[in-house]
Amino acid sequence: MQKSRHDVWVGLFVMVGAAAVLFLALKAGNLLTLNFDETYQVAAKFDNIGGLKPRAAVKSAGVVVGRVESIGFDDKTYQARVMLQLEKKFAFPKDSSAKILTAGLLGEQYLGLEPGAAEKNLASGDTITQTQSAVVLENLISQFLYSKAAEPSTPAAAPAAQPAAPAPKK
Amino acid sequence: MTSAHLELISASKPLIELRNVTCGYGERVILENVNLSVPRGKVLALIGTSGGGKTTVLRLIGRQLQPMTGQVLLDGVDMATLDAQGIYAARRRMGMLFQFGALFTDLSVFENVAFPLREHTNLSELMIRDLVLMKLNAVGLRGARDLLPSEVSGGMARRVALARAIALDPDLIMYDEPFAGLDPISMSVAATLIKDLNHALGVTSIVVSHDVDETFLIADHVVFVANGRIAAQGTPAEMRASEDPLVRQFVDGLADGPVRFHYPAVPVAEDFGVGASR
Amino acid sequence: MNWLNPAAVGLSVRSGLADIGEGARLFVRLIALVGATFGRIRLVVDQLFFLGNRSLSIITVSGLFVGFVLALQGYYTLQRYGSAEAVGLLVALSLVRELGPVVTALLFAGRAGTSLTAEIGLMKAGEQLAAMEMMAVDPVKRVLAPRFWAGVIAMPLLAAVFSAVGVLGGWIVAVPLIGIDPGSFWSQMQGGVSVWADVGNGVIKSAVFGFTVTFIALLQGYGCKPTPEGVSAATTRTVVMASLAVLALDFVLTAMMFSI
Repeated sequence: MQKSRHDVWVGLFVMVGAAAVLFLALKAGNLLTLNFDETYQVAAKFDNIGGLKPRAAVKSAGVVVGRVESIGFDDKTYQARVMLQLEKKFAFPKDSSAKILTAGLLGEQYLGLEPGAAEKNLASGDTITQTQSAVVLENLISQFLYSKAAEPSTPAAAPAAQPAAPAPKK
Repeated sequence: MTSAHLELISASKPLIELRNVTCGYGERVILENVNLSVPRGKVLALIGTSGGGKTTVLRLIGRQLQPMTGQVLLDGVDMATLDAQGIYAARRRMGMLFQFGALFTDLSVFENVAFPLREHTNLSELMIRDLVLMKLNAVGLRGARDLLPSEVSGGMARRVALARAIALDPDLIMYDEPFAGLDPISMSVAATLIKDLNHALGVTSIVVSHDVDETFLIADHVVFVANGRIAAQGTPAEMRASEDPLVRQFVDGLADGPVRFHYPAVPVAEDFGVGASR
Repeated sequence: MNWLNPAAVGLSVRSGLADIGEGARLFVRLIALVGATFGRIRLVVDQLFFLGNRSLSIITVSGLFVGFVLALQGYYTLQRYGSAEAVGLLVALSLVRELGPVVTALLFAGRAGTSLTAEIGLMKAGEQLAAMEMMAVDPVKRVLAPRFWAGVIAMPLLAAVFSAVGVLGGWIVAVPLIGIDPGSFWSQMQGGVSVWADVGNGVIKSAVFGFTVTFIALLQGYGCKPTPEGVSAATTRTVVMASLAVLALDFVLTAMMFSI
């Protein structure tokens, strides 16, 4: 193969391009946070998963301890079954509870894990029994309206007038 | 080689033969029923009017064009029977000099001449260098080896192209208008080179040209192509003595004759409103 | 062309189809020549210099300015929702997923594509390609294929440089100029940009654009009329066709890659 006088410059160009790709992958992306540790699988059942998606984080005390692997529907209990992959180095007691929380006001939903007090730990294939479903905004509003309607009303106004008052203002 | 040898060679089979060739582009027929044979080791001149079909003959020989009817034979072999490999092998026996040189503008003079050697042979760099310098020396441009095509004059560019055409020592060299646009000195240099190479290398040469005087000085045989046919052929002396009006007009350089001066148009009277029509 | 004349319309449709067919054949030929081309790597290296290195300056400067603008515009919009800290994420995602591949492809079409078309067209006009054929050297193999593969290699590299410089440009505007916290700038970005889904897809996009733009440039040059007007018309066509093709392909690829 004959030498070209452009060899050095082209080599430099290719290096710069490769460095740019690496920069994007490492600094801008999440390559370094990719975990290749071993994991064990745990299931959790929810009445409503809200906006939870696969690959969402599973956090305990705010630290990522695992990922949501898949979300399925159990048509016997009519509940959502969420499969979690937790890192092997973190063990949780059998009576830990799982809640679906939102990161920030408009943020993505993630699964929060709160440890219980049992002596035995969760093993691969276990199910988390204590779960709290995601907050659905419509349910929250109707709850608020009902609670307002149930309040003891002042003698002057009829109870029926009360729910009408706060609703339009909102 | 003695002249007796040369006679022997020219008496043998012609290198190229065109038999009843009709050829054209799409609907347009350029050559009609042409019969031509190119004698080995001689300089054949193709002269004729513009668009008459001279360059088409070169394209037929180089197989850039295929005849509609008829055969083109190289050394007795019909080129239509050759496959892609065969065509490339045939082309390696030919060298072609294009009208303005067609040098590769991104390569130096040296690299241009070395191009066919690099593409078709596995010779070492040392051998290639020697061969290239020999070819450049033959055309008188050994000192210009590192110049770029943009840095050489038109005449020099054509000489470099000639060196490139003879790089692989071909059997046939075709020259497309080698004298066009050259000053008298360059013209005579070019003519001398064509003649000398023909003798020194024993190649067959086909020269397509408009320049009657220079061409007749170097040609052994002249073919006059006009209107898609061979109007006349013979030695330069025979052509000069010809009685055919078309040949006479061409050789003498007359403005009007069988090739009309006026492009076909309506009569003068009609255009300028002269006469009874008003 | 008279649209009301069915014969003329039919003829033009037919010749259009013939052109597409020829183009497809050339494309397949260039792909098939990958082995032979990389066997003569020196030709590819030379072309990589002309297409890649020579485009670096325009790509870097453009990337820098695009990064500046993204950070600025992003900040103005995000701060209305109290999410100004996400500007790093906005800049990185916009660049890596869309602007990097697309803008680089458009700039490449304008700079390298036109120079390719003009070069090949002039070689055709100067009978250099015919001379090569007469010397029993296949011009597609010797001239077109190295340029094709060099373009395919250069594009993803240039797009990556564009995105990387853009991210840095965004940082320059966001952190020293506007005053966003550098920690949040990078951490929001790293939390949101996925290596395989975002960066990887961006690289795939730029490779596809590399194939497209280089091929269109070579095709226009190789098929142009060998006159000065022909070459200049071909150069214009290269930019127009390559730009439209890039934008259309961008839509198709985005739909395929980033669907919900």
